[in-house]
Amino acid sequence: MDSKVKIKAEGVNFFYARSQALKDINLDIYENQVTAIIGPSGCGKSTFIRLLNRMNELLPHTNITGRISLDGRDIFEDSVDAVQIRKRVGMVFQKPNPFPKSIFENISYGIKVNGIKDKTFIEEKVEASLKKAALWQEVRDRLSDSALKLSGGQQQRLCIARCLAVESEVILFDEPCASLDPISTAKIEELITELKKDYTIVIVTHNMQQAARVSDYTAFFLMGELIEFGRTQDIFTAPKDKRTEDYITGRFG
Amino acid sequence: MKEKIYKGIFAVLAFASLAFLMGIVIVLFKEALPIFQKVKIGEFIFGRYWYPTYSPAEFGILPLIMASVWVTFGAVLVCVPLGVGSALYLHELAGDKQRAIIKPLIEILASIPSVVYGFFGMVILTPFLQDLFHLPTGLCALNASLVLGLMAVPTVCSLADDALNYVPKSFREASFAVGANRWQTLTQVIIPAAGSGISTAIILGMSRAIGETMTVLMVSGGAAVIPHTFLEPVRPMTAAIAAEMGEAPMGGLHYHALFAIALILFLITFVFNIVAEMISRRFRIKLGLSG
Ligand SMILES: Nc1ncnc2c1ncn2[C@@H]1O[C@H](COP(=O)(O)OP(=O)(O)O)[C@@H](O)[C@H]1O
Ligand SMILES: [Mg+2]
Repeated sequence: MDSKVKIKAEGVNFFYARSQALKDINLDIYENQVTAIIGPSGCGKSTFIRLLNRMNELLPHTNITGRISLDGRDIFEDSVDAVQIRKRVGMVFQKPNPFPKSIFENISYGIKVNGIKDKTFIEEKVEASLKKAALWQEVRDRLSDSALKLSGGQQQRLCIARCLAVESEVILFDEPCASLDPISTAKIEELITELKKDYTIVIVTHNMQQAARVSDYTAFFLMGELIEFGRTQDIFTAPKDKRTEDYITGRFG
Repeated sequence: MKEKIYKGIFAVLAFASLAFLMGIVIVLFKEALPIFQKVKIGEFIFGRYWYPTYSPAEFGILPLIMASVWVTFGAVLVCVPLGVGSALYLHELAGDKQRAIIKPLIEILASIPSVVYGFFGMVILTPFLQDLFHLPTGLCALNASLVLGLMAVPTVCSLADDALNYVPKSFREASFAVGANRWQTLTQVIIPAAGSGISTAIILGMSRAIGETMTVLMVSGGAAVIPHTFLEPVRPMTAAIAAEMGEAPMGGLHYHALFAIALILFLITFVFNIVAEMISRRFRIKLGLSG
């Protein structure tokens, strides 16, 4: 039984200044499920998920047609504020990008910009977020140290915690483990599985095993098109499209 | 073999410029030190009267130092808001097209010879200030501050712009991704991250202002008296050296005193530049760029 559709993309085309990066994408993202987006480099995976939190609009000379809705409401409607969308749809980037601030401030920043000033609330929230991101044990004694002193894996979990503190509903992961060692990767995968209870998750990954391990649904992109979408199990055991099969069996890409 | 020759040539050139620099410093010290056999360093620096041609002459350069301080401080008040403000505008609000026009225009300001700035100050600002404040003369500290401040704008603007551009794009994305708006991102992420880079820009702008000679000579008014307001004529250190060097008999006390002023000026700008370098190094480390 499928759960509720959280995000729905309908006929989405996206253009950078000169080139079309996405062609007629139709895709449903289900609530409290992990959706993996796989495909070779340059096929538009990042471009696609950056549309879901309206991040691409920060780039000049881009254009989008089609419709993306969050809980049934078009996120590109004039009356919708991009800032509000980004509060509801958080993002963890490929390269860990903590601010050059303390560990504490990295997390509290997101809470504060959302207008919360209550100090105890913020402190509790920071602690809870770090705990959820499985980082609390490692940093509890040095919350005022610079976040840049943490290891890459810790920084990425800090970025996840920063996202959790904002209490978004959806979290987008863009190849979150691309720059991490296997142990850190395993921790983050475990975390993603854990977070699924409370969040809707979209993860872009290059790593086929990772997609198979963490996701419930998989979408295969190729040259800006969505080739196949379905339950991860089905995609990996019985792909319908020849190109999907070639990709997951490693015959190209 | 060929490579060796090239290496040799470049090494010689590099050492030659270093040697020139050392030479200048040595001459500066050598020509400055005799004054301190007659006048104590403390009296020289903190003396309130600069009467180098009277007899008995007085060599207290506090009026000159204070003049430089006032004028430089005033220039900072002009060039920081203008320079940092325009850098922020260029960085945050201007589109590609505006940027392509404004940036070169600001850089042209840097290529205008200082004598032209001085001329501008004399011909336009002087009568204007004179009328505005009912002054006996419009040649005063304020005039020098305004002109010097304007002159330092390109330095401050382009260095501050560089500092802002150094801030990795990923910080901005991270900030937007947690639902911060543009203003919050700018004030709480970008500016703090670029902060020490911007301070470097300000210090180098100051260093430019304090060392500038031609303009201050033309518009500062020239009175070697400790100023109490911005509206009094003043004689900053550079102006004193430039104005008096021609008439000071070579090898005399006055001559050595002027060298001593130059030495002090050199030390001040030297310290400014070192501090700027230190701050900018810390800045690069803080942003995780190479040290
Ligand atoms: N900022 C950009 N400006 C112009 N083209 C871009 C930009 N970002 C990505 N592209 C192009 O869009 C296509 C899809 O890129 P991307 O979404 O980053 O792919 P993926 O994440 O799957 O590797 C590529 O051809 C890429 O060159
Ligand atoms: Mg990508």
